[in-house]
Amino acid sequence: MKPRTLYDKLWDDHVVKQREDGTALIYIDRQLLHEVTSPQAFEGLELAGRKPWRLDATLATPDHNVPTENQEDGVAGITDPVSRIQIETLDANCDKFGIVEFKMGDLRQGIVHVIGPEQGVTLPGTTVVCGDSHTATHGAFATLAHGIGTSEVEHVLATQCLIQRKMKNMRVEVNGEIPFGVTAKDIILAIIGKIGTAGGTGYAIEFAGSAIESLSMEGRMTVCNMAIEGGARSGLVAFDNTTLEYLKNRPYGPKEDQWEQAVSQWRELKTDEGAFFDNIVKLNAADIKPQVTWGTSPEMVVAVDAMIPSPEDETDPVKREGMERAYHYMDYKKGLAITDIKLDRVFIGSCTNSRIEDLRAAAEVAKGNQVASSIKQAMVVPGSGLVKKQAEKEGLDKVFLAAGFQWREPGCSMCLAMNADKLGDGEHCASTSNRNFEGRQGQGGRTHLVSPAMAAAAAIAGHFVDVRDFVRKQSA
Amino acid sequence: MEKFTSLNALVAPLDRANVDTDQVIPKQFLKSIKRTGFGPNLFDEWRYMDEGKPGEDCTHRPLNPDFILNNERYQGVEILLARQNFGCGSSREHAPWALLDYGFRCVIAPSYADIFFNNCFKNGILPVILNEKVVNQLFEETFATEGYTLDVDLASQTVKTLSGESFSFDVDEFRKHCLLNGLDDIGLTLDDADLIRSYEAKRKEKSPWLFDVIK
Repeated sequence: MKPRTLYDKLWDDHVVKQREDGTALIYIDRQLLHEVTSPQAFEGLELAGRKPWRLDATLATPDHNVPTENQEDGVAGITDPVSRIQIETLDANCDKFGIVEFKMGDLRQGIVHVIGPEQGVTLPGTTVVCGDSHTATHGAFATLAHGIGTSEVEHVLATQCLIQRKMKNMRVEVNGEIPFGVTAKDIILAIIGKIGTAGGTGYAIEFAGSAIESLSMEGRMTVCNMAIEGGARSGLVAFDNTTLEYLKNRPYGPKEDQWEQAVSQWRELKTDEGAFFDNIVKLNAADIKPQVTWGTSPEMVVAVDAMIPSPEDETDPVKREGMERAYHYMDYKKGLAITDIKLDRVFIGSCTNSRIEDLRAAAEVAKGNQVASSIKQAMVVPGSGLVKKQAEKEGLDKVFLAAGFQWREPGCSMCLAMNADKLGDGEHCASTSNRNFEGRQGQGGRTHLVSPAMAAAAAIAGHFVDVRDFVRKQSA
Repeated sequence: MEKFTSLNALVAPLDRANVDTDQVIPKQFLKSIKRTGFGPNLFDEWRYMDEGKPGEDCTHRPLNPDFILNNERYQGVEILLARQNFGCGSSREHAPWALLDYGFRCVIAPSYADIFFNNCFKNGILPVILNEKVVNQLFEETFATEGYTLDVDLASQTVKTLSGESFSFDVDEFRKHCLLNGLDDIGLTLDDADLIRSYEAKRKEKSPWLFDVIK
């Protein structure tokens, strides 16, 4: 048999029907639902008099709109009436159709892309979709996962399938030992800086190489999460023992009597020797430094010790124009270094960086320090109720609170500012989220994407600092 | 879904690359549980001088005079001319819903983000891909000619200019068929229900842990 990539294998395994025009009907093993992109899908289903094809393939939770304070009051505690209606609609739809939902107040509630893996809903060798572009996250488990629109949410609910065209194969290889102070977030930002926001369009990206292999599952999720910021709907990492260890004893994972059978199938989930990739990109881990985005697109990223790039130095006219717009939006003066950027707020959270490892990394930096007085708000938002519980068990909440951070309840929060957590006009924010688009975190807000450790160090300094120097000074 | 066959309509040029769906329709408007009513908030942050709120009457809001869609000559527009990587970022289908609700039935650009591209077809919007050089030419002509229109025909897969120049574009047969006939693709997929069931039975036999667990 012709050698196949991991993506080829996942694709082949899910083809229900191949059509002559190159599109195919693909079976979907898991769908995650949240309140923002599902109401119209349920409405469509009802109007057509259809029922969900399968109930045991779907898990729902509210995350985008949920407040990060006073969640014990449940839906009734949401002060924004429009947000409340959207969450009530999800609750009502799940109740009506019999879909399992982790409602507000459930300890298991959280960001869909955190709870899917946490619960073992996301499993190797499966297809996972959600009406959210960051569904790419789940690819860390050798899972074919991607974001879909609401019409497709309805399509999957009604048929358990999607009509897709096979994507091309791209391999991003990061080799070598990951340097001190550099994290999965820095790796993916460096990748996006190299390939650009459209570099992965039309591809499924497999992340490989010794640096990727050395990452924890949390780190791999961070990398795959932002595949979409490089234009690729799906990111993938091959199955290995790290994946295996993470999956043991997950509530919705294979039970004891099925475990060995599952693992033997999962062991096949890697690219065969000699398989063809349409595009291969290589990076050396040793060359990657802590990254900071300076502009309004994730590709506008540099190392923390760099100057903010000047549009005049850019030769590509399209890029130059984008940079000029970003300069204007961010209101920069000429000749600024990244470390000159003064910050107003700090956000540690989102489906990119709100897992326990992320909180540990931020807490380690925060420990024994104080958030700078110039920072209006520094907030930590765990990705799920279970992450929050674990962090509290480890005393991380106390570390954050003592340092002047706010310790919040789980949700998407300031990543996209659909709840009360947002930036004011002109405010600069060090954020562990995934998008620095204009207005993303609040109209007129200026976002800088960084790792959790970099965000915590910036909160303490009041401006960006090189976390490597910061930690060295602390331990000296 | 409303069918798309052909369109002869006014063109508006949105001259910037990498337009993301957060710009097409900002987050606060995603709280609606309907598919309609997003038009007044299309490109909200660029279009108005103040911050938009969901449910607000937009007719008295201060307009940004520099934004292309506020220009008198582009009123009644149905074709959006855009730059590379249009629709990147969030998967929100609210983006094509907002375009459609505003009156757009067709977007022309050199490239699109995958999810947005896909979402257009589900809503009766035709996203046409023409090469960079042609798109540049169309931008120049649109800027130069007030009342500039294009003739888009899906059956023949062509875009014709006022001067009679014709450019052809590619489209998947299945998507074309659905758009031309305004077909609900769920109904078409359900025609293959037996195939889905037999696939499912095999899958359950091979990987039983994927079934009957989430309940």
